[in-house]
Amino acid sequence: MSAPPGRADRPLPLPDSDTAPFWEGCARGELLLQHCAGCEAPRHPPRPMCPRCRSLDSKWSPATGRGAVYSFVICHPPVLPAFAADAPYAVVLIELEDGPGLRLVGGLAGCAPEALRIGLLVEVGFEPAGEGVWLPQWRPRNGPTEAAKP
Amino acid sequence: MPGAHAAIAGIGQTRFARDLGRPERTLALEAIRAALDDAGIEPAEVDGLVRFNLESTSEVEIARNLGVPNLRFFGEIGYGGGAACATVGHAAMAIATGRARVVVAWRARNRGSGGRPWAGTGARVGGDAQWSVPFGLVRPVDQIALLARRHMHEHGTTARQLGAVAVACRAHAARNPNAVMRAPITLEDHAASRLIADPLRKLDCCLETDGALAVVVTSVERARDARHPPALVLAAAQGTGPEHVVMTAYHHPRMLETPSTFAARDLFAAADVSPGDVDVAQLYDAFTPLVLLSLEEYGLCPRGESGPFAASGALAWPDGALPCNTSGGGLSEAYVHGMNLVVEGVRQIRGTSTSQVSDARVCLVTSGAGVPTSALLLGAS
Repeated sequence: MSAPPGRADRPLPLPDSDTAPFWEGCARGELLLQHCAGCEAPRHPPRPMCPRCRSLDSKWSPATGRGAVYSFVICHPPVLPAFAADAPYAVVLIELEDGPGLRLVGGLAGCAPEALRIGLLVEVGFEPAGEGVWLPQWRPRNGPTEAAKP
Repeated sequence: MPGAHAAIAGIGQTRFARDLGRPERTLALEAIRAALDDAGIEPAEVDGLVRFNLESTSEVEIARNLGVPNLRFFGEIGYGGGAACATVGHAAMAIATGRARVVVAWRARNRGSGGRPWAGTGARVGGDAQWSVPFGLVRPVDQIALLARRHMHEHGTTARQLGAVAVACRAHAARNPNAVMRAPITLEDHAASRLIADPLRKLDCCLETDGALAVVVTSVERARDARHPPALVLAAAQGTGPEHVVMTAYHHPRMLETPSTFAARDLFAAADVSPGDVDVAQLYDAFTPLVLLSLEEYGLCPRGESGPFAASGALAWPDGALPCNTSGGGLSEAYVHGMNLVVEGVRQIRGTSTSQVSDARVCLVTSGAGVPTSALLLGAS
């Protein structure tokens, strides 16, 4: 699948053996979290060992896909050329409902940067980024905000 | 004090500028030579070197330029701006354990003329960066802005309070002939500077500088014979805290407890010094919010109150409750990964700063927040 216009040069994730299941899930439209196969504790970023029980066995399970904005930044120029057309653009840090400290950096959709606020309830969607990669993108759970761009 | 085992006997630096037009290795050698001359120690006596792992010049290249007959101790510290105090800490350990007698730590960087590291982001990003860069969280200022916004939310910190940090640093730089940016600024100038990573503005950001600095660490006894009063290394500490991810440490439940919180505990425990004993501080200032975090995490003001503390004028020499970054710091003197903060800390202990705190007995120096960090307590003998 080709990237939307203007996004072809954006840096894409380079999955490795620990992170590939996450990105494969995104490409299927599923937000997955790594869990310990022994004590069931979820963790992010993914890694080989459970920091709680030190098991090297893990599994991937669907996350709720729901969370709240924990923090955010509006990025103004100078930015990477691949992002310049969208500047100023928002990047959000989402705290998932799945557990404290389970936070994901992501993009924002359906909400103008000026309407963003900490605590805004969001749900996940996915945006095609090119080369078969889909990126999690967060949108307000109660529909687009009034100030949202078309 | 349980007893300092090492001291900084010499300091040296190059000129600072946006573009010096000279290789980093040459700048490193000039700063190191100046530091040894300042200490009155022959280069051939150097038997240890500690470098940032980001240095472009190896220890052996430095050593063969200095004419060092043998390096019996060498090592390097990672994590960019988190490393400066740790290079001195490791040097002090080598002195204390007898592994070396004269150890030099340095940082040389053409960050002004050499371009922005983030601008070289590749088409694919692996490792920890895959969780942030593809979404456009690319620049250090963006990464720190997420901490700043959260601090504002939790504690009511304002952009104007961040501005007070920038204004204080610039006022100190105005008195420092070696500083790059010396024209005084006001809170209004700060508020009018353009947004870079909202809530952070241009005047919340450090300079982009070419330059180098070096320090000579040796025994307290040897340092007492040097040309200047020694700056005792009362304590040095490093820390990471739990669940750390470099520059994007967003995954611990208490996100605003950065590695500095953990370094601070060990630092003050290692010396018979409390935060209230600190006379002057050099706090890592790649961005203004990092100064506020350091103030809280090192116990210089209560948690959540760093914004009002800064806005009260506390950081400003000469009348502030705790003058900070008295050379102008990374925000206005030079941004050399915080090595200039270490050197200014030594000047305060010697009594030779251009914004000298009277009878400064204890100076706190901190390195980067948001990365595995380090800190020093320097003291007068």
